Amino acid sequence: MESSVLFSLRLSLQVASVATLFVMLIGILIAYILARRDFKGKEFLDMLFTLPLVLPPTVMGYYLIVIFGRNGVIGRLIYERTGWSIMFTWYAAALASFVVALPLMIKTTRAGIESVDRNLINASYTLGHSELETAIKVILPLSKKGIIAGTVLSFARAMGEFGATLMIAGNIPGKTDTMPIAIYTYASSGDWSKANNMVIFFTLISGLFLYIANRFSKRMV
Amino acid sequence: MGLSVKLIKMVNGFTLDVEWEMDNELVVLFGYSGAGKSMTLQLIAGLLDPDDGYIRSDGGILFDSSLEMNMPPQKRSFGYVFQDCALFPHMTVKGNIAYGINGLDRFETEKRVSEMIKVFRLEGLEDKLPSEISGGQKQRVALARALIRRPDALLLDEPFSALDNPIRLEMRRLLKEIRHEFNIPVVLVTHDIFEAYTMADKIIIYSGGRIAQIGSPSEVFNRPATIDVETLVDMKRFFQDPSGFSNYSCSYDSLQF
Repeated sequence: MESSVLFSLRLSLQVASVATLFVMLIGILIAYILARRDFKGKEFLDMLFTLPLVLPPTVMGYYLIVIFGRNGVIGRLIYERTGWSIMFTWYAAALASFVVALPLMIKTTRAGIESVDRNLINASYTLGHSELETAIKVILPLSKKGIIAGTVLSFARAMGEFGATLMIAGNIPGKTDTMPIAIYTYASSGDWSKANNMVIFFTLISGLFLYIANRFSKRMV
Repeated sequence: MGLSVKLIKMVNGFTLDVEWEMDNELVVLFGYSGAGKSMTLQLIAGLLDPDDGYIRSDGGILFDSSLEMNMPPQKRSFGYVFQDCALFPHMTVKGNIAYGINGLDRFETEKRVSEMIKVFRLEGLEDKLPSEISGGQKQRVALARALIRRPDALLLDEPFSALDNPIRLEMRRLLKEIRHEFNIPVVLVTHDIFEAYTMADKIIIYSGGRIAQIGSPSEVFNRPATIDVETLVDMKRFFQDPSGFSNYSCSYDSLQF
């Protein structure tokens, strides 16, 4: 394969891996809180974390620009202190992937945590184990299927991110052109052979991910 | 050694309002389902919070609404056995039992676990998962797990109701042995009249969230305080089945007490 194709493949894997790592860390935490805690505004929070699933990726990209752009709410603070902006870097691609993949992780993990028998949690408490210990030793191991399914789905979603990525990371060859974006570029410039390779690769790998996710969870989002 | 409680709790239109105490003995909470027996155990263990009242064990205060004291379940030393055993499905028999002790070194933990495995005759099952053992064995694991850290009292929520009759009889024998060996107060929730009569030092009859009568089995069965109690402990129904006790308690269970 040509180096530009390989670059896109490597970049996509890198972006998706970093995004998935953060999706796991933050997604499990949020899923746990939504599944196990009752508080004011929980419904709102749940809706907020589900929105990226239904909003067009370009809308998500727009929000990310508003927040992280050089004049954005957070982006300006970072730029003023460091002179650096996340815009048009591969970090931005990872951020976009993170945001759109997070709801998948939260939904499947939350379903997994909620399906853990209440009595098992109570048993752990009466045996003297704290909430944290119970979460680590009982709740999360028993939610394993949901967590694995969520991770695989998130990785697949992160690999395929296009709209939001294009808006905040752009389409810079050799820098931010992940596979979906490269496919778009090749197809629109008539470079069909390169596009073909990537499309076939993508289809196979996505099929594999769905197969794995299905094996671990019957409950799909 | 003992337990004294006053519990008031309102949930979805149901009100529990009970007050009783026990020494180092086996107390049976007996009554129809929905009378608040299981809820009482959950309140004692700290899995639910009473709206009002107190819980004292061995003279220590675990809960007191007037003092605004409420110890979390982790700090209360009760062995709790759930109706469905609540064994951790991802841990082995050994792992489940060892989960009952905290903060001991590995050597001491191993020693205690093998002690319990011997007491509860679970030799050879150490590395099996809960899904690979029988109902009676599961109950023995649940008891071992609840007792390994030498709790101040044992709380049993209909522990034998899902078992076949011969195994149930064996478990009742085992429970008497445990009482003897560990010498701690036991609160047993049951709706099985035979179990209540044969196991209890003291019976507390629950009816609609309140206490209808407290007394020794012979007192309660011979001199029921109210019509309700009389219906509940009617021994005549107990002997209606000509084939005897064994079939009796099965058919009694199906009445959905």
